[in-house]
Amino acid sequence: MDLSLFLSIIIGNIFINNFILFKFLGLCPFIGVSKKTGPALSMGCAVIFVMVLSSIITWLIYNFLLVPFQIEYLRTISFILVIASFVQLVEMIILKTNPTLYRVLGVYLPLITTNCAVLGVTVLNVNMFLKGEYAMPNSFFYTLLQGFCAGLGFMLAMLLMSGIRERLELMNVPESLKGIPVAFIVASLMALAFMGFAGFKF
Amino acid sequence: MTQFLAPVLTLTGLGIFFALVLSWASKKFAVAQDPRIAQVLEKLPGANCGACGMAGCARFAESVVKGEVALESCKACSQEAHSEIAQLLGIELAKTEKKIALLHCHGGEKAKEKFEYKGIEQCQAAAQLMGGNKLCSYACLGFGDCMRACPFGAITMSKEGLPVIDKELCTACGKCIQACPRNLIKLIPYKAEVYVGCASRDPAKTVAKICSVGCIACKKCEKVCPADAIKVVENLAIIDYDKCTSCGKCLEACPRKIIKRSHGLGSDSERKPAG
Repeated sequence: MDLSLFLSIIIGNIFINNFILFKFLGLCPFIGVSKKTGPALSMGCAVIFVMVLSSIITWLIYNFLLVPFQIEYLRTISFILVIASFVQLVEMIILKTNPTLYRVLGVYLPLITTNCAVLGVTVLNVNMFLKGEYAMPNSFFYTLLQGFCAGLGFMLAMLLMSGIRERLELMNVPESLKGIPVAFIVASLMALAFMGFAGFKF
Repeated sequence: MTQFLAPVLTLTGLGIFFALVLSWASKKFAVAQDPRIAQVLEKLPGANCGACGMAGCARFAESVVKGEVALESCKACSQEAHSEIAQLLGIELAKTEKKIALLHCHGGEKAKEKFEYKGIEQCQAAAQLMGGNKLCSYACLGFGDCMRACPFGAITMSKEGLPVIDKELCTACGKCIQACPRNLIKLIPYKAEVYVGCASRDPAKTVAKICSVGCIACKKCEKVCPADAIKVVENLAIIDYDKCTSCGKCLEACPRKIIKRSHGLGSDSERKPAG
Protein backbone atom coordinates (compact mmCIF):
# COMPACT_ATOMS: atom_id res chain seq x y z
CA MET A 1 0.00 0.00 0.00
CA ASP A 2 1.28 3.38 -0.93
CA LEU A 3 0.76 5.62 2.09
CA SER A 4 0.76 8.93 0.24
CA LEU A 5 -1.85 7.66 -2.23
CA PHE A 6 -3.83 6.35 0.72
CA LEU A 7 -3.81 9.75 2.40
CA SER A 8 -4.51 11.67 -0.75
CA ILE A 9 -7.59 9.53 -1.43
CA ILE A 10 -8.95 10.17 2.05
CA ILE A 11 -8.29 13.90 2.28
CA GLY A 12 -8.85 14.49 -1.42
CA ASN A 13 -12.32 12.94 -1.45
CA ILE A 14 -13.53 14.38 1.82
CA PHE A 15 -12.23 17.94 1.51
CA ILE A 16 -10.36 18.93 -1.63
CA ASN A 17 -12.44 17.22 -4.29
CA ASN A 18 -15.63 17.08 -2.24
CA PHE A 19 -18.30 15.59 -4.48
CA ILE A 20 -20.94 18.18 -3.74
CA LEU A 21 -18.98 21.34 -3.09
CA PHE A 22 -16.14 20.93 -5.57
CA LYS A 23 -17.39 18.58 -8.27
CA PHE A 24 -21.04 19.72 -8.02
CA LEU A 25 -22.40 16.19 -8.22
CA GLY A 26 -25.51 15.04 -6.35
CA LEU A 27 -26.96 18.50 -5.81
CA CYS A 28 -30.58 17.38 -5.79
CA PRO A 29 -30.50 15.53 -2.45
CA PHE A 30 -28.08 18.16 -1.17
CA ILE A 31 -30.79 20.81 -1.44
CA GLY A 32 -33.78 18.52 -0.96
CA VAL A 33 -32.91 16.55 2.19
CA SER A 34 -30.79 19.13 4.00
CA LYS A 35 -33.60 20.87 5.88
CA LYS A 36 -33.06 18.95 9.11
CA THR A 37 -29.97 17.25 10.49
CA GLY A 38 -31.66 13.89 11.16
CA PRO A 39 -32.76 13.05 7.61
CA ALA A 40 -29.53 14.57 6.25
CA LEU A 41 -27.52 12.15 8.37
CA SER A 42 -29.54 9.13 7.26
CA MET A 43 -29.33 10.24 3.63
CA GLY A 44 -25.56 10.54 4.05
CA CYS A 45 -25.41 7.03 5.48
CA ALA A 46 -27.52 5.69 2.62
CA VAL A 47 -25.21 7.34 0.09
CA ILE A 48 -22.07 5.96 1.79
CA PHE A 49 -23.62 2.52 1.77
CA VAL A 50 -24.62 2.71 -1.89
CA MET A 51 -21.29 4.21 -2.95
CA VAL A 52 -19.20 1.53 -1.24
CA LEU A 53 -21.26 -1.33 -2.59
CA SER A 54 -21.47 0.20 -6.08
CA SER A 55 -17.70 0.60 -6.05
CA ILE A 56 -17.31 -3.09 -5.26
CA ILE A 57 -19.81 -4.26 -7.85
CA THR A 58 -18.52 -2.01 -10.61
CA TRP A 59 -14.95 -3.07 -9.84
CA LEU A 60 -16.00 -6.69 -10.29
CA ILE A 61 -17.92 -5.95 -13.48
CA TYR A 62 -15.14 -3.87 -14.97
CA ASN A 63 -12.38 -6.36 -14.18
CA PHE A 64 -14.15 -9.60 -14.90
CA LEU A 65 -16.60 -8.64 -17.64
CA LEU A 66 -15.60 -5.51 -19.51
CA VAL A 67 -11.82 -5.98 -19.58
CA PRO A 68 -11.76 -9.66 -20.69
CA PHE A 69 -14.23 -8.97 -23.51
CA GLN A 70 -12.48 -5.70 -24.38
CA ILE A 71 -15.67 -3.71 -24.18
CA GLU A 72 -14.49 -1.00 -21.79
CA TYR A 73 -16.43 1.56 -23.84
CA LEU A 74 -19.65 0.12 -22.36
CA ARG A 75 -18.49 1.30 -18.96
CA THR A 76 -21.05 4.06 -18.40
CA ILE A 77 -24.15 2.18 -19.51
CA SER A 78 -23.30 -0.99 -17.65
CA PHE A 79 -22.50 0.98 -14.50
CA ILE A 80 -25.84 2.79 -14.70
CA LEU A 81 -27.59 -0.56 -15.12
CA VAL A 82 -25.81 -1.97 -12.10
CA ILE A 83 -26.35 1.02 -9.85
CA ALA A 84 -30.01 1.44 -10.80
CA SER A 85 -30.92 -2.17 -10.12
CA PHE A 86 -28.80 -2.24 -7.00
CA VAL A 87 -30.53 0.79 -5.50
CA GLN A 88 -33.91 -0.77 -6.31
CA LEU A 89 -32.82 -3.76 -4.30
CA VAL A 90 -31.67 -1.61 -1.40
CA GLU A 91 -34.99 0.24 -1.50
CA MET A 92 -36.95 -2.99 -1.22
CA ILE A 93 -34.81 -4.19 1.65
CA ILE A 94 -35.13 -0.91 3.55
CA LEU A 95 -38.90 -0.85 3.04
CA LYS A 96 -39.10 -4.35 4.46
CA THR A 97 -36.74 -3.94 7.37
CA ASN A 98 -37.01 -0.29 8.37
CA PRO A 99 -40.18 1.51 7.19
CA THR A 100 -39.38 4.58 9.30
CA LEU A 101 -36.07 5.14 7.54
CA TYR A 102 -37.86 4.53 4.24
CA ARG A 103 -40.39 7.27 5.01
CA VAL A 104 -37.71 9.71 6.14
CA LEU A 105 -35.72 9.21 2.95
CA GLY A 106 -38.94 9.46 0.97
CA VAL A 107 -38.52 10.38 -2.66
CA TYR A 108 -34.76 10.80 -2.29
CA LEU A 109 -33.99 7.14 -2.02
CA PRO A 110 -35.10 6.48 -5.61
CA LEU A 111 -33.11 9.59 -6.48
CA ILE A 112 -29.91 7.82 -5.46
CA THR A 113 -30.71 5.48 -8.34
CA THR A 114 -29.90 8.20 -10.81
CA ASN A 115 -27.57 10.08 -8.54
CA CYS A 116 -24.64 11.37 -10.54
CA ALA A 117 -22.44 11.31 -7.45
CA VAL A 118 -22.69 7.53 -7.28
CA LEU A 119 -21.98 7.11 -10.97
CA GLY A 120 -19.26 9.74 -10.61
CA VAL A 121 -17.35 7.84 -7.96
CA THR A 122 -17.40 4.60 -9.95
CA VAL A 123 -16.24 6.28 -13.13
CA LEU A 124 -13.54 8.09 -11.17
CA ASN A 125 -12.41 4.76 -9.71
CA VAL A 126 -11.97 3.36 -13.18
CA ASN A 127 -10.13 6.43 -14.42
CA MET A 128 -7.78 6.52 -11.46
CA PHE A 129 -7.02 2.90 -10.69
CA LEU A 130 -8.10 0.64 -13.51
CA LYS A 131 -7.60 2.41 -16.81
CA GLY A 132 -5.13 1.11 -19.35
CA GLU A 133 -3.74 -2.32 -20.02
CA TYR A 134 -3.40 -3.38 -16.42
CA ALA A 135 -5.05 -2.63 -13.11
CA MET A 136 -3.03 -1.05 -10.32
CA PRO A 137 -1.97 -3.48 -7.62
CA ASN A 138 -4.41 -3.37 -4.72
CA SER A 139 -6.85 -1.44 -6.90
CA PHE A 140 -9.75 -3.16 -5.16
CA PHE A 141 -8.88 -1.62 -1.81
CA TYR A 142 -8.30 1.80 -3.32
CA THR A 143 -11.68 1.54 -4.98
CA LEU A 144 -13.32 0.60 -1.73
CA LEU A 145 -11.59 3.43 0.11
CA GLN A 146 -12.49 5.99 -2.52
CA GLY A 147 -16.14 4.93 -2.46
CA PHE A 148 -16.25 5.23 1.30
CA CYS A 149 -14.44 8.59 1.45
CA ALA A 150 -16.53 10.09 -1.33
CA GLY A 151 -19.61 9.09 0.69
CA LEU A 152 -18.09 10.62 3.82
CA GLY A 153 -17.45 13.86 1.93
CA PHE A 154 -21.07 13.81 0.75
CA MET A 155 -22.29 13.30 4.30
CA LEU A 156 -20.02 16.06 5.61
CA ALA A 157 -21.43 18.56 3.13
CA MET A 158 -25.00 17.41 3.92
CA LEU A 159 -24.43 17.81 7.66
CA LEU A 160 -22.84 21.25 7.34
CA MET A 161 -25.64 22.41 5.09
CA SER A 162 -28.42 21.04 7.30
CA GLY A 163 -26.87 22.65 10.38
CA ILE A 164 -26.77 25.99 8.65
CA ARG A 165 -30.30 25.63 7.31
CA GLU A 166 -31.69 24.76 10.73
CA ARG A 167 -30.29 28.04 12.00
CA LEU A 168 -31.48 29.90 8.90
CA GLU A 169 -35.05 28.95 9.81
CA LEU A 170 -34.75 31.16 12.89
CA MET A 171 -33.13 34.08 11.05
CA ASN A 172 -34.80 37.13 9.69
CA VAL A 173 -34.34 36.31 6.01
CA PRO A 174 -35.87 38.69 3.43
CA GLU A 175 -39.25 37.36 2.30
CA SER A 176 -38.22 36.79 -1.31
CA LEU A 177 -35.13 34.80 -0.31
CA LYS A 178 -36.82 32.48 2.20
CA GLY A 179 -36.37 28.73 1.76
CA ILE A 180 -34.58 27.48 -1.33
CA PRO A 181 -33.08 30.78 -2.65
CA VAL A 182 -31.11 31.47 0.51
CA ALA A 183 -30.08 27.79 0.58
CA PHE A 184 -28.55 28.23 -2.88
CA ILE A 185 -26.64 31.29 -1.72
CA VAL A 186 -25.37 29.41 1.33
CA ALA A 187 -24.37 26.47 -0.88
CA SER A 188 -22.35 28.72 -3.17
CA LEU A 189 -20.58 30.35 -0.21
CA MET A 190 -19.76 26.90 1.17
CA ALA A 191 -18.40 25.86 -2.22
CA LEU A 192 -16.18 28.96 -2.25
CA ALA A 193 -14.86 28.04 1.19
CA PHE A 194 -14.13 24.51 0.04
CA MET A 195 -12.22 25.85 -2.97
CA GLY A 196 -9.67 26.99 -0.37
CA PHE A 197 -8.68 23.34 0.17
CA ALA A 198 -7.49 23.16 -3.43
CA GLY A 199 -4.23 24.76 -2.28
CA PHE A 200 -3.22 21.55 -0.51
CA LYS A 201 -0.71 19.48 -2.45
CA PHE A 202 0.24 15.89 -1.79
CA MET B 1 -18.10 -11.62 -34.92
CA THR B 2 -16.97 -11.60 -31.27
CA GLN B 3 -16.55 -7.86 -31.55
CA PHE B 4 -20.25 -7.64 -32.18
CA LEU B 5 -21.48 -10.42 -29.95
CA ALA B 6 -19.51 -9.70 -26.79
CA PRO B 7 -21.07 -6.34 -25.93
CA VAL B 8 -24.59 -7.44 -26.89
CA LEU B 9 -24.42 -10.63 -24.91
CA THR B 10 -22.74 -9.01 -21.91
CA LEU B 11 -25.28 -6.25 -21.56
CA THR B 12 -28.23 -8.55 -22.21
CA GLY B 13 -26.84 -11.01 -19.71
CA LEU B 14 -26.39 -8.30 -17.12
CA GLY B 15 -29.90 -7.01 -17.74
CA ILE B 16 -31.48 -10.43 -17.43
CA PHE B 17 -29.45 -11.24 -14.35
CA PHE B 18 -30.52 -8.08 -12.55
CA ALA B 19 -34.13 -8.51 -13.68
CA LEU B 20 -34.15 -11.97 -12.14
CA VAL B 21 -32.57 -10.73 -8.92
CA LEU B 22 -35.05 -7.86 -8.64
CA SER B 23 -38.09 -10.01 -9.37
CA TRP B 24 -36.92 -12.51 -6.77
CA ALA B 25 -36.37 -9.68 -4.28
CA SER B 26 -39.78 -8.14 -4.93
CA LYS B 27 -41.35 -11.45 -3.86
CA LYS B 28 -39.01 -12.03 -0.99
CA PHE B 29 -39.21 -8.50 0.41
CA ALA B 30 -42.84 -7.80 -0.46
CA VAL B 31 -44.58 -5.63 2.10
CA ALA B 32 -48.24 -6.39 2.59
CA GLN B 33 -50.15 -3.15 2.20
CA ASP B 34 -53.61 -2.65 3.57
CA PRO B 35 -55.95 -2.85 0.54
CA ARG B 36 -58.21 -0.28 2.21
CA ILE B 37 -55.57 2.42 1.66
CA ALA B 38 -56.14 2.27 -2.09
CA GLN B 39 -59.93 2.29 -1.61
CA VAL B 40 -59.80 5.32 0.66
CA LEU B 41 -57.46 7.11 -1.72
CA GLU B 42 -59.96 6.59 -4.52
CA LYS B 43 -62.64 8.41 -2.53
CA LEU B 44 -60.46 11.36 -1.58
CA PRO B 45 -60.55 14.48 -3.78
CA GLY B 46 -57.02 13.89 -5.04
CA ALA B 47 -56.22 17.59 -5.25
CA ASN B 48 -53.18 17.09 -2.98
CA CYS B 49 -54.03 20.47 -1.46
CA GLY B 50 -52.25 19.71 1.82
CA ALA B 51 -54.94 21.33 3.97
CA CYS B 52 -54.89 18.24 6.22
CA GLY B 53 -51.24 18.84 7.01
CA MET B 54 -50.07 15.67 5.23
CA ALA B 55 -47.89 15.39 2.16
CA GLY B 56 -50.67 14.69 -0.31
CA CYS B 57 -53.77 12.50 -0.40
CA ALA B 58 -51.87 9.19 -0.50
CA ARG B 59 -50.15 9.88 2.77
CA PHE B 60 -53.44 11.02 4.30
CA ALA B 61 -55.20 7.82 3.22
CA GLU B 62 -52.46 5.76 4.83
CA SER B 63 -52.70 7.69 8.11
CA VAL B 64 -56.49 7.51 8.18
CA VAL B 65 -56.48 3.75 7.72
CA LYS B 66 -53.93 3.42 10.50
CA GLY B 67 -56.09 5.68 12.65
CA GLU B 68 -53.36 8.26 13.17
CA VAL B 69 -55.43 11.24 12.04
CA ALA B 70 -59.09 12.05 12.11
CA LEU B 71 -60.92 11.65 8.83
CA GLU B 72 -62.48 15.07 9.38
CA SER B 73 -59.13 16.80 8.93
CA CYS B 74 -59.60 16.41 5.17
CA LYS B 75 -61.49 19.62 4.63
CA ALA B 76 -61.76 19.22 0.89
CA CYS B 77 -63.80 16.01 1.07
CA SER B 78 -67.52 16.17 0.35
CA GLN B 79 -69.93 15.04 3.05
CA GLU B 80 -70.86 11.92 1.06
CA ALA B 81 -67.24 10.91 0.53
CA HIS B 82 -66.59 11.36 4.21
CA SER B 83 -69.44 9.09 5.22
CA GLU B 84 -68.47 6.51 2.57
CA ILE B 85 -64.93 6.34 3.89
CA ALA B 86 -66.21 6.17 7.45
CA GLN B 87 -68.40 3.24 6.45
CA LEU B 88 -65.49 1.53 4.73
CA LEU B 89 -63.29 1.82 7.78
CA GLY B 90 -66.11 1.24 10.24
CA ILE B 91 -65.48 4.41 12.21
CA GLU B 92 -67.81 6.99 13.62
CA LEU B 93 -67.82 10.33 11.87
CA ALA B 94 -67.76 13.29 14.19
CA LYS B 95 -70.39 15.82 13.25
CA THR B 96 -68.69 18.84 11.81
CA GLU B 97 -70.38 21.84 10.42
CA LYS B 98 -69.84 22.47 6.73
CA LYS B 99 -68.20 25.79 6.09
CA ILE B 100 -67.55 28.00 3.11
CA ALA B 101 -65.11 30.79 2.41
CA LEU B 102 -66.43 34.31 1.89
CA LEU B 103 -64.80 37.58 0.95
CA HIS B 104 -65.37 40.19 3.65
CA CYS B 105 -65.18 43.22 1.37
CA HIS B 106 -67.26 44.43 -1.51
CA GLY B 107 -65.49 47.64 -2.25
CA GLY B 108 -64.38 46.95 -5.81
CA GLU B 109 -64.82 50.16 -7.80
CA LYS B 110 -66.51 51.83 -4.85
CA ALA B 111 -63.34 51.68 -2.79
CA LYS B 112 -61.29 54.62 -4.04
CA GLU B 113 -57.86 54.13 -5.56
CA LYS B 114 -54.76 55.55 -3.94
CA PHE B 115 -52.85 55.65 -7.23
CA GLU B 116 -52.89 54.00 -10.63
CA TYR B 117 -51.15 50.66 -10.23
CA LYS B 118 -49.32 49.42 -13.32
CA GLY B 119 -47.18 46.66 -11.80
CA ILE B 120 -47.42 42.89 -11.74
CA GLU B 121 -51.04 41.77 -11.71
CA GLN B 122 -50.90 40.11 -8.32
CA CYS B 123 -52.41 41.10 -4.98
CA GLN B 124 -49.23 40.03 -3.24
CA ALA B 125 -47.14 42.41 -5.37
CA ALA B 126 -49.63 45.28 -5.23
CA ALA B 127 -49.96 44.99 -1.45
CA GLN B 128 -46.24 45.56 -1.07
CA LEU B 129 -46.15 48.78 -3.06
CA MET B 130 -46.94 51.66 -0.70
CA GLY B 131 -49.45 49.55 1.16
CA GLY B 132 -51.56 48.68 -1.85
CA ASN B 133 -53.31 50.71 -4.49
CA LYS B 134 -56.54 51.25 -2.54
CA LEU B 135 -57.01 54.07 -0.08
CA CYS B 136 -58.65 51.64 2.32
CA SER B 137 -56.02 49.36 3.79
CA TYR B 138 -58.67 46.66 4.30
CA ALA B 139 -59.95 46.70 0.71
CA CYS B 140 -59.78 43.80 -1.73
CA LEU B 141 -57.11 44.60 -4.32
CA GLY B 142 -58.82 42.48 -6.92
CA PHE B 143 -55.92 40.88 -8.78
CA GLY B 144 -57.20 37.39 -8.07
CA ASP B 145 -54.50 35.71 -5.99
CA CYS B 146 -57.29 33.75 -4.32
CA MET B 147 -58.67 32.66 -7.70
CA ARG B 148 -55.28 31.23 -8.68
CA ALA B 149 -54.84 29.58 -5.29
CA CYS B 150 -58.18 27.75 -5.38
CA PRO B 151 -57.56 24.08 -6.25
CA PHE B 152 -61.24 23.50 -7.01
CA GLY B 153 -61.99 26.35 -9.41
CA ALA B 154 -64.62 27.77 -7.06
CA ILE B 155 -63.47 31.39 -7.37
CA THR B 156 -64.13 33.65 -10.34
CA MET B 157 -63.43 37.36 -10.65
CA SER B 158 -66.40 39.64 -11.23
CA LYS B 159 -66.38 42.56 -13.69
CA GLU B 160 -65.83 44.89 -10.82
CA GLY B 161 -62.69 43.04 -9.82
CA LEU B 162 -64.01 41.19 -6.82
CA PRO B 163 -63.65 37.46 -6.31
CA VAL B 164 -66.94 35.55 -6.34
CA ILE B 165 -66.83 32.27 -4.45
CA ASP B 166 -69.13 29.52 -5.67
CA LYS B 167 -70.85 28.19 -2.57
CA GLU B 168 -71.31 24.70 -3.99
CA LEU B 169 -67.77 24.26 -5.32
CA CYS B 170 -66.08 25.71 -2.23
CA THR B 171 -64.75 23.04 0.11
CA ALA B 172 -63.38 25.41 2.76
CA CYS B 173 -59.86 24.08 2.30
CA GLY B 174 -58.44 27.46 3.28
CA LYS B 175 -56.00 27.95 0.39
CA CYS B 176 -57.52 31.31 -0.57
CA ILE B 177 -57.32 32.46 3.05
CA GLN B 178 -53.58 31.96 2.97
CA ALA B 179 -53.26 33.55 -0.46
CA CYS B 180 -55.02 36.81 0.41
CA PRO B 181 -52.41 39.34 1.56
CA ARG B 182 -55.08 41.29 3.44
CA ASN B 183 -56.82 38.41 5.25
CA LEU B 184 -60.19 39.34 3.79
CA ILE B 185 -61.41 35.80 3.23
CA LYS B 186 -62.86 34.03 6.23
CA LEU B 187 -64.80 30.85 6.77
CA ILE B 188 -68.45 31.07 7.74
CA PRO B 189 -70.97 28.26 8.29
CA TYR B 190 -72.56 26.98 5.07
CA LYS B 191 -76.06 27.45 6.41
CA ALA B 192 -75.49 31.03 7.56
CA GLU B 193 -77.29 33.48 5.33
CA VAL B 194 -75.93 36.85 6.36
CA TYR B 195 -72.41 38.18 6.51
CA VAL B 196 -70.66 41.53 6.95
CA GLY B 197 -69.15 42.56 3.62
CA CYS B 198 -66.46 44.73 5.11
CA ALA B 199 -63.35 44.19 7.19
CA SER B 200 -62.34 47.80 7.81
CA ARG B 201 -61.30 48.74 11.34
CA ASP B 202 -60.78 52.37 10.38
CA PRO B 203 -62.81 55.00 12.25
CA ALA B 204 -66.09 56.06 10.62
CA LYS B 205 -64.69 59.40 9.49
CA THR B 206 -61.94 57.78 7.45
CA VAL B 207 -64.21 55.10 6.03
CA ALA B 208 -66.78 57.66 4.89
CA LYS B 209 -64.11 59.49 2.89
CA ILE B 210 -62.55 56.53 1.08
CA CYS B 211 -65.28 53.96 0.51
CA SER B 212 -69.03 54.15 -0.03
CA VAL B 213 -69.60 50.58 1.14
CA GLY B 214 -67.49 50.47 4.28
CA CYS B 215 -68.74 49.83 7.80
CA ILE B 216 -69.03 53.08 9.76
CA ALA B 217 -69.80 51.34 13.04
CA CYS B 218 -73.17 53.06 13.49
CA LYS B 219 -74.34 50.14 15.67
CA LYS B 220 -77.80 50.05 14.05
CA CYS B 221 -77.41 46.35 13.35
CA GLU B 222 -76.36 45.73 16.92
CA LYS B 223 -79.48 47.41 18.23
CA VAL B 224 -81.91 45.73 15.86
CA CYS B 225 -80.62 42.17 16.25
CA PRO B 226 -83.14 40.11 18.28
CA ALA B 227 -80.67 37.32 18.98
CA ASP B 228 -77.92 39.61 20.23
CA ALA B 229 -75.61 38.09 17.62
CA ILE B 230 -74.04 41.24 16.16
CA LYS B 231 -71.47 43.21 18.07
CA VAL B 232 -69.52 46.24 16.88
CA VAL B 233 -65.93 45.68 17.94
CA GLU B 234 -63.20 48.15 17.03
CA ASN B 235 -65.26 49.99 14.41
CA LEU B 236 -66.54 46.85 12.71
CA ALA B 237 -69.74 44.81 12.99
CA ILE B 238 -69.00 41.16 13.74
CA ILE B 239 -71.60 38.38 13.56
CA ASP B 240 -71.49 35.57 16.09
CA TYR B 241 -72.72 32.61 13.98
CA ASP B 242 -73.46 30.53 17.06
CA LYS B 243 -76.26 32.96 17.91
CA CYS B 244 -77.32 34.24 14.46
CA THR B 245 -80.70 33.00 13.28
CA SER B 246 -80.43 34.52 9.79
CA CYS B 247 -83.57 36.56 10.41
CA GLY B 248 -82.33 39.33 8.12
CA LYS B 249 -83.29 42.29 10.29
CA CYS B 250 -79.73 43.64 10.20
CA LEU B 251 -79.85 43.69 6.40
CA GLU B 252 -82.68 46.19 6.46
CA ALA B 253 -81.19 48.22 9.29
CA CYS B 254 -77.75 48.72 7.74
CA PRO B 255 -77.68 52.21 6.20
CA ARG B 256 -74.86 51.39 3.78
CA LYS B 257 -76.07 47.89 2.85
CA ILE B 258 -72.85 46.28 4.04
CA ILE B 259 -74.51 43.31 5.67
CA LYS B 260 -75.49 40.97 2.86
CA ARG B 261 -77.09 37.68 2.04
CA SER B 262 -74.36 35.12 1.57
CA HIS B 263 -75.96 33.33 -1.36
CA GLY B 264 -77.38 36.37 -3.03
CA LEU B 265 -73.96 37.97 -3.20
CA GLY B 266 -75.29 41.38 -4.10
CA SER B 267 -76.72 42.28 -7.48
CA ASP B 268 -76.75 40.00 -10.52
CA SER B 269 -74.05 41.99 -12.27
CA GLU B 270 -71.60 41.07 -9.54
CA ARG B 271 -72.22 37.39 -9.98
CA LYS B 272 -71.24 37.33 -13.63
CA PRO B 273 -67.62 36.28 -14.06
CA ALA B 274 -65.40 38.72 -15.92
CA GLY B 275 -64.35 37.80 -19.45
